[in-house]
Amino acid sequence: MRIAVHAIIGLIFGLGLVVSGMVDPAKVQNFLDIFGIWDPSLAFVMAGAVLVAFAGYRLAWRNATPMLDDQFHLPKSTAIDRRLILGAAVFGTGWGLGGYCPGPALTAMGLLAPGTIAFVPAMLIGMWLARMTANATQSAAIGSKP
Amino acid sequence: MVTEFTPISALLGGALIGFAAAAMMLLTGRIAGISGIAARLLPPADRERFPEGLAFIIGLVAAPLLWTAATGWPVSQTVSANLPLMIGAGLLVGFGSVYGSGCTSGHGVCGLARLSPRSLVAVAAFMGTAALTVFLMRHVIGS
Repeated sequence: MRIAVHAIIGLIFGLGLVVSGMVDPAKVQNFLDIFGIWDPSLAFVMAGAVLVAFAGYRLAWRNATPMLDDQFHLPKSTAIDRRLILGAAVFGTGWGLGGYCPGPALTAMGLLAPGTIAFVPAMLIGMWLARMTANATQSAAIGSKP
Repeated sequence: MVTEFTPISALLGGALIGFAAAAMMLLTGRIAGISGIAARLLPPADRERFPEGLAFIIGLVAAPLLWTAATGWPVSQTVSANLPLMIGAGLLVGFGSVYGSGCTSGHGVCGLARLSPRSLVAVAAFMGTAALTVFLMRHVIGS
Protein backbone atom coordinates (compact mmCIF):
# COMPACT_ATOMS: atom_id res chain seq x y z
CA MET A 1 0.00 0.00 0.00
CA ARG A 2 2.71 2.49 1.02
CA ILE A 3 4.74 1.54 -2.05
CA ALA A 4 1.79 2.04 -4.44
CA VAL A 5 0.95 5.38 -2.77
CA HIS A 6 4.52 6.61 -3.25
CA ALA A 7 4.55 5.55 -6.91
CA ILE A 8 1.27 7.39 -7.58
CA ILE A 9 2.39 10.55 -5.74
CA GLY A 10 5.68 10.42 -7.67
CA LEU A 11 3.74 10.11 -10.91
CA ILE A 12 1.50 13.11 -10.09
CA PHE A 13 4.56 15.15 -9.04
CA GLY A 14 6.31 14.21 -12.30
CA LEU A 15 3.25 15.11 -14.38
CA GLY A 16 3.25 18.49 -12.64
CA LEU A 17 6.89 18.99 -13.62
CA VAL A 18 6.06 18.01 -17.24
CA VAL A 19 2.89 20.14 -17.59
CA SER A 20 4.51 23.17 -15.93
CA GLY A 21 7.54 23.05 -18.23
CA MET A 22 10.02 22.64 -15.35
CA VAL A 23 11.54 19.58 -17.06
CA ASP A 24 12.92 21.97 -19.69
CA PRO A 25 16.25 23.40 -18.43
CA ALA A 26 16.05 26.21 -21.01
CA LYS A 27 12.77 27.42 -19.47
CA VAL A 28 14.26 27.32 -15.98
CA GLN A 29 17.39 29.22 -17.05
CA ASN A 30 15.25 31.81 -18.84
CA PHE A 31 13.32 32.35 -15.60
CA LEU A 32 16.65 32.98 -13.89
CA ASP A 33 17.77 35.32 -16.71
CA ILE A 34 15.96 38.37 -15.38
CA PHE A 35 18.12 40.83 -17.35
CA GLY A 36 17.98 38.79 -20.57
CA ILE A 37 15.30 36.72 -22.28
CA TRP A 38 13.19 36.49 -19.12
CA ASP A 39 10.39 33.89 -19.00
CA PRO A 40 8.40 34.45 -15.77
CA SER A 41 6.53 31.09 -16.07
CA LEU A 42 8.41 29.48 -13.17
CA ALA A 43 7.00 32.05 -10.74
CA PHE A 44 3.53 30.76 -11.66
CA VAL A 45 4.67 27.16 -11.08
CA MET A 46 5.93 28.10 -7.61
CA ALA A 47 2.80 30.11 -6.82
CA GLY A 48 0.45 27.29 -7.89
CA ALA A 49 2.44 24.66 -6.01
CA VAL A 50 2.85 26.64 -2.77
CA LEU A 51 -0.82 27.76 -2.64
CA VAL A 52 -2.18 24.24 -3.17
CA ALA A 53 0.32 22.69 -0.73
CA PHE A 54 -0.39 25.44 1.84
CA ALA A 55 -4.14 24.67 1.77
CA GLY A 56 -3.61 20.91 1.51
CA TYR A 57 -1.22 20.82 4.49
CA ARG A 58 -3.72 22.62 6.68
CA LEU A 59 -6.44 20.14 5.71
CA ALA A 60 -4.06 17.22 6.39
CA TRP A 61 -3.08 18.63 9.81
CA ARG A 62 -6.73 18.67 10.92
CA ASN A 63 -6.33 14.91 11.33
CA ALA A 64 -4.58 13.64 14.46
CA THR A 65 -2.32 11.42 12.35
CA PRO A 66 -1.57 10.85 8.67
CA MET A 67 -3.61 8.06 7.08
CA LEU A 68 -0.74 5.59 6.69
CA ASP A 69 1.42 6.43 9.69
CA ASP A 70 0.95 6.97 13.42
CA GLN A 71 2.50 10.46 13.45
CA PHE A 72 3.52 13.43 11.29
CA HIS A 73 7.25 13.66 10.56
CA LEU A 74 7.97 17.36 10.07
CA PRO A 75 11.54 18.68 9.84
CA LYS A 76 12.63 19.60 13.38
CA SER A 77 15.53 21.90 12.58
CA THR A 78 14.86 25.63 12.65
CA ALA A 79 18.53 26.67 12.60
CA ILE A 80 19.49 29.22 9.97
CA ASP A 81 23.16 28.30 9.95
CA ARG A 82 26.23 28.25 7.71
CA ARG A 83 25.41 24.75 6.49
CA LEU A 84 21.92 25.73 5.27
CA ILE A 85 23.11 28.84 3.43
CA LEU A 86 26.28 27.28 2.02
CA GLY A 87 24.34 24.22 0.81
CA ALA A 88 21.61 26.33 -0.80
CA ALA A 89 24.17 28.64 -2.43
CA VAL A 90 26.09 25.69 -3.94
CA PHE A 91 22.82 24.09 -5.10
CA GLY A 92 21.72 27.35 -6.75
CA THR A 93 25.02 27.66 -8.62
CA GLY A 94 24.58 24.18 -10.12
CA TRP A 95 20.91 24.88 -10.84
CA GLY A 96 21.86 27.98 -12.82
CA LEU A 97 24.65 26.18 -14.71
CA GLY A 98 22.58 23.17 -15.78
CA GLY A 99 18.98 24.36 -15.49
CA TYR A 100 18.12 21.22 -13.53
CA CYS A 101 17.14 20.77 -9.92
CA PRO A 102 16.82 17.19 -8.59
CA GLY A 103 13.12 16.54 -9.40
CA PRO A 104 13.14 17.57 -13.07
CA ALA A 105 16.52 15.88 -13.66
CA LEU A 106 15.23 12.53 -12.36
CA THR A 107 11.90 12.96 -14.17
CA ALA A 108 13.67 13.64 -17.49
CA MET A 109 15.90 10.53 -17.31
CA GLY A 110 13.65 8.55 -19.66
CA LEU A 111 13.80 11.31 -22.29
CA LEU A 112 17.47 10.32 -22.69
CA ALA A 113 19.04 13.69 -23.49
CA PRO A 114 22.84 13.25 -23.24
CA GLY A 115 23.08 16.22 -20.86
CA THR A 116 20.58 14.54 -18.51
CA ILE A 117 22.43 11.22 -18.62
CA ALA A 118 25.61 13.11 -17.65
CA PHE A 119 23.89 15.20 -14.96
CA VAL A 120 21.99 12.57 -12.96
CA PRO A 121 24.87 10.23 -11.95
CA ALA A 122 27.00 13.29 -11.06
CA MET A 123 24.10 14.60 -8.94
CA LEU A 124 23.81 11.26 -7.12
CA ILE A 125 27.57 11.28 -6.41
CA GLY A 126 27.25 14.85 -5.09
CA MET A 127 24.38 13.78 -2.83
CA TRP A 128 26.40 10.85 -1.51
CA LEU A 129 29.41 13.12 -0.84
CA ALA A 130 27.18 15.56 1.07
CA ARG A 131 25.81 12.75 3.23
CA MET A 132 29.35 11.55 3.98
CA THR A 133 30.51 15.12 4.75
CA ALA A 134 27.51 15.79 6.98
CA ASN A 135 27.96 12.51 8.86
CA ALA A 136 31.67 13.18 9.32
CA THR A 137 30.97 16.70 10.64
CA GLN A 138 28.36 15.36 13.05
CA SER A 139 30.60 12.56 14.36
CA ALA A 140 33.46 15.03 14.77
CA ALA A 141 31.17 17.35 16.74
CA ILE A 142 29.97 14.48 18.94
CA GLY A 143 33.54 13.20 19.34
CA SER A 144 34.87 16.61 20.39
CA LYS A 145 32.45 16.90 23.33
CA PRO A 146 34.26 16.46 26.66
CA MET B 1 17.00 30.15 -26.71
CA VAL B 2 13.80 32.11 -26.07
CA THR B 3 10.99 30.16 -24.41
CA GLU B 4 7.32 31.09 -24.52
CA PHE B 5 5.67 32.58 -21.40
CA THR B 6 3.10 29.93 -20.39
CA PRO B 7 1.27 31.14 -17.26
CA ILE B 8 -1.74 28.78 -17.52
CA SER B 9 0.18 25.50 -17.92
CA ALA B 10 2.67 26.75 -15.32
CA LEU B 11 -0.13 27.32 -12.79
CA LEU B 12 -1.80 23.98 -13.62
CA GLY B 13 1.47 22.06 -13.40
CA GLY B 14 2.34 23.88 -10.19
CA ALA B 15 -1.05 22.93 -8.73
CA LEU B 16 -0.34 19.26 -9.54
CA ILE B 17 3.01 19.53 -7.73
CA GLY B 18 1.29 21.14 -4.74
CA PHE B 19 -1.40 18.45 -4.79
CA ALA B 20 1.27 15.71 -4.75
CA ALA B 21 3.01 17.41 -1.80
CA ALA B 22 -0.31 17.71 0.07
CA ALA B 23 -1.18 14.04 -0.65
CA MET B 24 2.22 13.02 0.74
CA MET B 25 1.48 14.91 3.98
CA LEU B 26 -2.09 13.60 4.28
CA LEU B 27 -1.10 9.97 3.66
CA THR B 28 2.43 9.56 5.04
CA GLY B 29 2.88 12.67 7.20
CA ARG B 30 6.09 13.60 5.41
CA ILE B 31 7.57 16.38 3.26
CA ALA B 32 7.82 15.57 -0.47
CA GLY B 33 11.48 16.61 -0.74
CA ILE B 34 13.06 15.02 -3.77
CA SER B 35 16.72 15.55 -2.83
CA GLY B 36 16.03 13.82 0.50
CA ILE B 37 14.13 10.93 -1.10
CA ALA B 38 16.90 10.39 -3.68
CA ALA B 39 19.73 10.73 -1.11
CA ARG B 40 18.17 8.12 1.17
CA LEU B 41 18.38 5.57 -1.68
CA LEU B 42 22.18 5.89 -1.69
CA PRO B 43 24.41 3.84 0.61
CA PRO B 44 24.12 3.59 3.55
CA ALA B 45 20.45 3.31 2.53
CA ASP B 46 17.53 3.48 4.93
CA ARG B 47 16.36 -0.14 4.41
CA GLU B 48 12.87 0.36 5.75
CA ARG B 49 12.10 3.32 3.47
CA PHE B 50 14.10 2.17 0.44
CA PRO B 51 11.19 0.48 -1.46
CA GLU B 52 8.83 3.44 -1.13
CA GLY B 53 11.55 5.94 -2.06
CA LEU B 54 12.39 3.93 -5.15
CA ALA B 55 8.67 3.70 -6.02
CA PHE B 56 8.41 7.52 -5.84
CA ILE B 57 11.38 7.94 -8.21
CA ILE B 58 9.91 5.35 -10.61
CA GLY B 59 6.68 7.37 -10.59
CA LEU B 60 8.65 10.51 -11.53
CA VAL B 61 10.51 8.77 -14.36
CA ALA B 62 7.28 7.26 -15.70
CA ALA B 63 5.52 10.64 -15.83
CA PRO B 64 6.84 12.09 -19.14
CA LEU B 65 6.65 8.69 -20.86
CA LEU B 66 3.02 8.12 -19.79
CA TRP B 67 2.20 11.75 -20.66
CA THR B 68 3.42 11.25 -24.23
CA ALA B 69 1.75 7.84 -24.49
CA ALA B 70 -1.59 9.28 -23.30
CA THR B 71 -1.66 12.61 -25.15
CA GLY B 72 0.62 11.99 -28.12
CA TRP B 73 2.43 15.25 -27.24
CA PRO B 74 6.20 15.08 -26.97
CA VAL B 75 7.85 16.62 -23.90
CA SER B 76 9.98 19.42 -25.28
CA GLN B 77 13.36 20.04 -23.69
CA THR B 78 16.55 21.88 -24.50
CA VAL B 79 19.36 20.36 -22.44
CA SER B 80 22.94 21.58 -22.76
CA ALA B 81 25.10 19.08 -24.65
CA ASN B 82 28.21 20.40 -22.88
CA LEU B 83 28.75 17.23 -20.85
CA PRO B 84 31.59 18.44 -18.58
CA LEU B 85 29.39 21.44 -17.69
CA MET B 86 26.43 19.16 -16.94
CA ILE B 87 28.59 16.86 -14.80
CA GLY B 88 29.87 19.84 -12.81
CA ALA B 89 26.32 21.20 -12.47
CA GLY B 90 25.09 17.79 -11.30
CA LEU B 91 27.79 17.53 -8.63
CA LEU B 92 26.95 21.01 -7.31
CA VAL B 93 23.17 20.38 -7.34
CA GLY B 94 23.53 17.01 -5.61
CA PHE B 95 26.03 18.19 -3.00
CA GLY B 96 24.37 21.52 -2.26
CA SER B 97 20.79 20.26 -2.04
CA VAL B 98 21.65 17.49 0.43
CA TYR B 99 24.16 19.58 2.42
CA GLY B 100 21.57 22.37 2.73
CA SER B 101 18.81 19.84 3.56
CA GLY B 102 16.54 20.57 0.61
CA CYS B 103 16.01 21.64 -2.97
CA THR B 104 13.25 23.36 -4.95
CA SER B 105 10.68 20.83 -3.69
CA GLY B 106 11.66 20.41 -0.02
CA HIS B 107 12.52 24.06 0.75
CA GLY B 108 10.78 25.71 -2.22
CA VAL B 109 7.35 24.07 -2.24
CA CYS B 110 6.97 22.22 1.07
CA GLY B 111 9.01 24.60 3.25
CA LEU B 112 7.30 27.75 1.98
CA ALA B 113 3.88 26.05 2.33
CA ARG B 114 4.78 25.36 6.00
CA LEU B 115 5.87 29.01 6.35
CA SER B 116 9.31 27.85 7.51
CA PRO B 117 11.75 30.79 7.95
CA ARG B 118 14.65 28.37 7.41
CA SER B 119 13.26 27.38 4.01
CA LEU B 120 12.61 31.01 3.04
CA VAL B 121 16.29 31.78 3.67
CA ALA B 122 17.34 28.71 1.66
CA VAL B 123 15.07 29.68 -1.27
CA ALA B 124 16.45 33.23 -1.28
CA ALA B 125 20.01 31.83 -1.24
CA PHE B 126 19.56 29.34 -4.09
CA MET B 127 17.45 31.67 -6.23
CA GLY B 128 20.09 34.35 -5.71
CA THR B 129 23.11 32.25 -6.69
CA ALA B 130 21.18 30.62 -9.57
CA ALA B 131 20.22 34.00 -11.08
CA LEU B 132 23.77 35.28 -10.53
CA THR B 133 25.22 32.19 -12.25
CA VAL B 134 22.95 32.63 -15.31
CA PHE B 135 23.79 36.34 -15.41
CA LEU B 136 27.54 35.62 -15.37
CA MET B 137 27.21 32.81 -17.93
CA ARG B 138 25.06 34.72 -20.40
CA HIS B 139 25.98 38.37 -19.97
CA VAL B 140 29.54 38.42 -18.63
CA ILE B 141 31.25 35.33 -20.04
CA GLY B 142 28.71 35.32 -22.90
CA SER B 143 28.26 31.61 -23.57
